Amino acid sequence: MADYRALYQEVILDHNKKPRNYGTLAHASHHAVGHNPLCGDHITVALNLDLDPEAVECIVGIAFEGESCAICKASASMMTVAVKGKTRAYAETLTHEFLAMATGKLNLATPHHIGRLAVFAGVRDLPTRVKCAILPWHTLHAALNSVASASTEATQDLMHAPTGNA
Amino acid sequence: MRAVQSAFHTRSASAFDVERIRDDFPILRLKVDGKPLVYLDNAASSQMPQPVIDRLVRYQTSEHANINRAVHYLSETATSAYEAARRKLQHFIHAREEREVIFTSGTTDAINLVMHGYGRKFIMAGDEIILTTLEHHSNIVPWQMLAEEKGAKIRVVPINDAGELLIDEYERLFNERTRFVGVLHVSNALGTVNPVKQMIAFAHARGVPVLVDGAQAVPHLQVDMQELDCDFYAFSGHKLCGPTGIGVLYGKAALLEVMQPFKGGGDMIMSVTFEKTTYNTIPHKFEAGTPPIAAAIGLGAAVDYLSAIGMDAIAAYEHTLLRYATEEMMRMSGVRILGTAANKAAVLSFTVDGVHPHDVGTLLNQEGVAVRTGHHCAQPVMQRFKVPATSRASFAFYNNMAEVDALIAGIRSLQKVFA
Repeated sequence: MADYRALYQEVILDHNKKPRNYGTLAHASHHAVGHNPLCGDHITVALNLDLDPEAVECIVGIAFEGESCAICKASASMMTVAVKGKTRAYAETLTHEFLAMATGKLNLATPHHIGRLAVFAGVRDLPTRVKCAILPWHTLHAALNSVASASTEATQDLMHAPTGNA
Repeated sequence: MRAVQSAFHTRSASAFDVERIRDDFPILRLKVDGKPLVYLDNAASSQMPQPVIDRLVRYQTSEHANINRAVHYLSETATSAYEAARRKLQHFIHAREEREVIFTSGTTDAINLVMHGYGRKFIMAGDEIILTTLEHHSNIVPWQMLAEEKGAKIRVVPINDAGELLIDEYERLFNERTRFVGVLHVSNALGTVNPVKQMIAFAHARGVPVLVDGAQAVPHLQVDMQELDCDFYAFSGHKLCGPTGIGVLYGKAALLEVMQPFKGGGDMIMSVTFEKTTYNTIPHKFEAGTPPIAAAIGLGAAVDYLSAIGMDAIAAYEHTLLRYATEEMMRMSGVRILGTAANKAAVLSFTVDGVHPHDVGTLLNQEGVAVRTGHHCAQPVMQRFKVPATSRASFAFYNNMAEVDALIAGIRSLQKVFA
């Protein structure tokens, strides 16, 4: 049985109420809009990629905005905190790990970078809410790869999670 | 198998004994996360009473074979039970003739049948189809597909802030190009009961046929095809205490006869050669292939069950449930009801300030309360009210006042979580 209560814990409610890095980003080098057609939610992720002194691509700035539920907004907020100032490669790795966790495929016994994002692990038992949690990551992935829009329903997308709703 | 004495056999005719009725529904004894199930998603799909479950078991246990084919005992038994179900449905909706009742897989299938069978034959370039803002996607998309194919045009009846159709605007949409009207009887998203009889009379005075989407009406109101005088009426079995995969298209015989078939195949033909096929008579012309026989028979048992309780008694009881829930919800701060039509069925669409409908749904589920959250397949309604989604509690005659209280308590509790 899903532990619903664990999902709406303090850290998620806090990020929902006071989202970090919320708003627009001036002169963003990359951005994408993510849609969840099942609920009409949408978020925009904008970021600036720049080279660090070792010529490695880094996310030097990131912001998000949009209309969404608490799970989606908190996931987006914590995502921006987790990847800001990090390398592109790290962001991509974390994206894969987050998706794996949200769909119950991440082995938490092996090394990973999930950290505080583990508060979202509970969505794996709520198939209709998995998409809420992964939409921001989906959109981040699209932005990093210069895809203008992302959808939780895109079939070829690496973030696609097969759950249903009419 | 447990034999259940169904409620209506023993209760007195005057009092609506909801607790006796609840005993007929085994699923209502379920616990969700340790809490009693409070099932308030009846507009999406209703639950099945024991007599219907028993009928399905009996059919599969001792009556099943394919229908309209062989001369052996089981085929005769199944055919006879299937056609008996058709007559039960005919009487339930007061259709003039049993051949006017076509079994489909559901409301969507029924509407698509009309679009292909009637629309593709009689609606041409430049013609106009009138729909309403309240329509479910299933009564929008097929007509858009037809409009695109034919170069026809869709005109839309607007609604007011209460979620009621603007009948003056409806009447103004008619012109010499109007060829068809599609309107839902009861709004799944808001609960509005539309004045379809008046709308049909207006359209008929201009020679325009009307399809009524009755998916949300048939479970809650006594519907009468001859009194409404609609040309087509579509509804689903699974919202009517029946199985999924079965529905009904009622159509006036004269119209059904001139329509082209929707699906080709076995059962819908009189004779087939590679040169020419002669189609079967109605309703068989529209029932190609092996139909969902068990589901049709189950639906027949479901309308028997509902008829024994009485649709008028059901409507009156549900009205008291809706009034109680509406009054309780109106007393809450930070809760907004969408859809405040004077004439409503037992649907309560609402939003909670500062809480997304999906969070409302998940948190209510913690309390065992099942509601629908989302756009309810009625995105134009959501756009009209400028919300992405709502939460929707939809009641059936087996819900009780304690379940309304559980909904209200659940909303108060989630407001605290998000305070």
